[in-house]
Amino acid sequence: MVKQSLSRRIGIAVLGWGAAFVLFFPLLWMLLTSLKSEPEAVTPSIAFTPTLQAYGDVLARADYLAFALNSVIIAIGGTVLALALAIPAAYVMAFHPTKRTRSTLLWMLSTKMLPSVGVLVPIYLLFRTLGLLDTRIGLILVYTLMNLPIVVWMLFTFFKEVPNDILEAGRMDGARTGAEVWHLLLPLTLPGVASTGLLSLILCWNEAFWSLNLTSSAAAPLTAFIASFSSPQGLFFAKLSAASTVAVAPILVFGWLSQRQLVRGLTFGAVK
Amino acid sequence: MATLRLRALRKSYGTAEIIKGVDLDIADREFAVFVGPSGCGKSTLLRMIAGLEEITDGDLFIDGARVNEVGPADRGLAMVFQSYALYPHMSVRDNMAFALKLAGASKAERAAKVAEASRILQLDAYLDRKPKDLSGGQRQRVAIGRAIVRHPKIFLFDEPLSNLDAALRGQMRIELARLHRDLAATMIYVTHDQVEAMTMADKIVVLQAGRIEQVGSPLELYHHPANLFVAGFIGSPRMNLLPVRVVSGDPAGVRVGLPGGGEVVVPVDSTRAAPGTGVTLGIRPEALKPGAEGALAGAVRHVERLGGLTLAHVAVTDSAVADGATVVAQIEGSAPVRVGETIRLTIDPGATHLFDGEGRALPHQSRHPLAA
Repeated sequence: MVKQSLSRRIGIAVLGWGAAFVLFFPLLWMLLTSLKSEPEAVTPSIAFTPTLQAYGDVLARADYLAFALNSVIIAIGGTVLALALAIPAAYVMAFHPTKRTRSTLLWMLSTKMLPSVGVLVPIYLLFRTLGLLDTRIGLILVYTLMNLPIVVWMLFTFFKEVPNDILEAGRMDGARTGAEVWHLLLPLTLPGVASTGLLSLILCWNEAFWSLNLTSSAAAPLTAFIASFSSPQGLFFAKLSAASTVAVAPILVFGWLSQRQLVRGLTFGAVK
Repeated sequence: MATLRLRALRKSYGTAEIIKGVDLDIADREFAVFVGPSGCGKSTLLRMIAGLEEITDGDLFIDGARVNEVGPADRGLAMVFQSYALYPHMSVRDNMAFALKLAGASKAERAAKVAEASRILQLDAYLDRKPKDLSGGQRQRVAIGRAIVRHPKIFLFDEPLSNLDAALRGQMRIELARLHRDLAATMIYVTHDQVEAMTMADKIVVLQAGRIEQVGSPLELYHHPANLFVAGFIGSPRMNLLPVRVVSGDPAGVRVGLPGGGEVVVPVDSTRAAPGTGVTLGIRPEALKPGAEGALAGAVRHVERLGGLTLAHVAVTDSAVADGATVVAQIEGSAPVRVGETIRLTIDPGATHLFDGEGRALPHQSRHPLAA
């Protein structure tokens, strides 16, 4: 490896830390604001006495744990269901393609370009008729469908990396499709499947449009919890920041813990 | 007991026909080798037998039962792939035990069978390693071990040695032949290497462009090739083929005129060769020897010295029939031939062949003793 000059290394370090700081700044500001009192919160001052007052108010006013539980159940449910549907779909597309496989994949992805609000009314009416409004199962279904195209796409690209010979060897060894997928394909693409699942979890957790429109209380996740603090009486920045902090904290910690897995999965197959 | 019967087997991809009607019988415990140039359909045919490719038309019977619609998992066959296709996430032990695990064998049974296979293949020391920590030859042995533990009805090999270096290939050839004797199993082996075919096969199936050109024992194919394609494909260096004309039909065979004015009597059935007809004369390189009375003469263009043997490339000149044809003579290693000199070559008529205008061999008057 070529040894870089000191000034160049310092330059790169400053640039890297600078970019990280810019990206992290909104989160930092949110955290700082949440530790201020309401009068201080509207000022840009960073010299203040930290207080947990806003957190106390927020947790006293709403049942954080109920919202968080909904978020966990809905995100995990949506991810598991999406994987359960996408794994067979991606398997068939990767290993038994037909003339239409390519166009089907593109069509699936193109549905992501449709603005969600365009189907809000039909979905809302459908949910009302089926009794799915403000239910966890309803939101799980919506999130599954919402993420399915991208989950299928990601799994498809990971599965494509597996040599067909290995699956054929499995078939010769007596594996039927189920055993082939379970014993060979999934273990071989585990980093990819895991990062797909992680991405789906994060997307489900952060989704606000559908959760705000299709839930009110019983199935409302943390995004609705945050929204409930932007009230008609005006914005209370400290409380809003505190609510946002406790809402994103779990997924932030989760993402931090799994970042190695995520990076490994997203670069899986890039280097043979 | 495991026999295989192919009847009018066909395979098409869209309008392209890859296998054009193959009839073949493979007997119990036979070592059959499919050989042919790349793209001849030999691997496709093997994969159809394995169940990995659908059969477009025709029938496939294993032990007398039609299995066209039976999936690869249920045909009871084992296959060794060119790429080895080991399961990269499993140890050598688990690779070999995988089929048994799927079949629901007990832990003890699995351990016993893996131990037996690893003893046969000398893999005991590597059982806990992953495939990536093995050399090419070891991976190949694991792939074979994976087949052995299942006691399959038929072993299928798809060019298993082509990723190995020459020395290892020679060694594995011997190991596979030994394995075939020890296991007394039916084996089908696909290769483009005619040396592998000659050295291992009980029965060679020569394929070209989706059709069988000839089926027979190695020496039968060598001494009695059915047509020009087989004559040119089997044997190394390949048979010399010279366009010549029939001079006359003798009781001893067919007399043909050679480039340069000489003649040779080829001991084949003379009833189908009218004088004056254009035919192709095939001469094995080892049937040409330097000699003062030789019927062929020409200038030595190139000499390949292999040590024990010498290959002399001789341009047979001065001919209206075959202008500029080159023949290869396989002569003694110490023969004092030099590039540029003119030599005469005698022909052993017993190792010559004649092919008619369509490339079909005229039958020899007697069979070679080793190819009966």
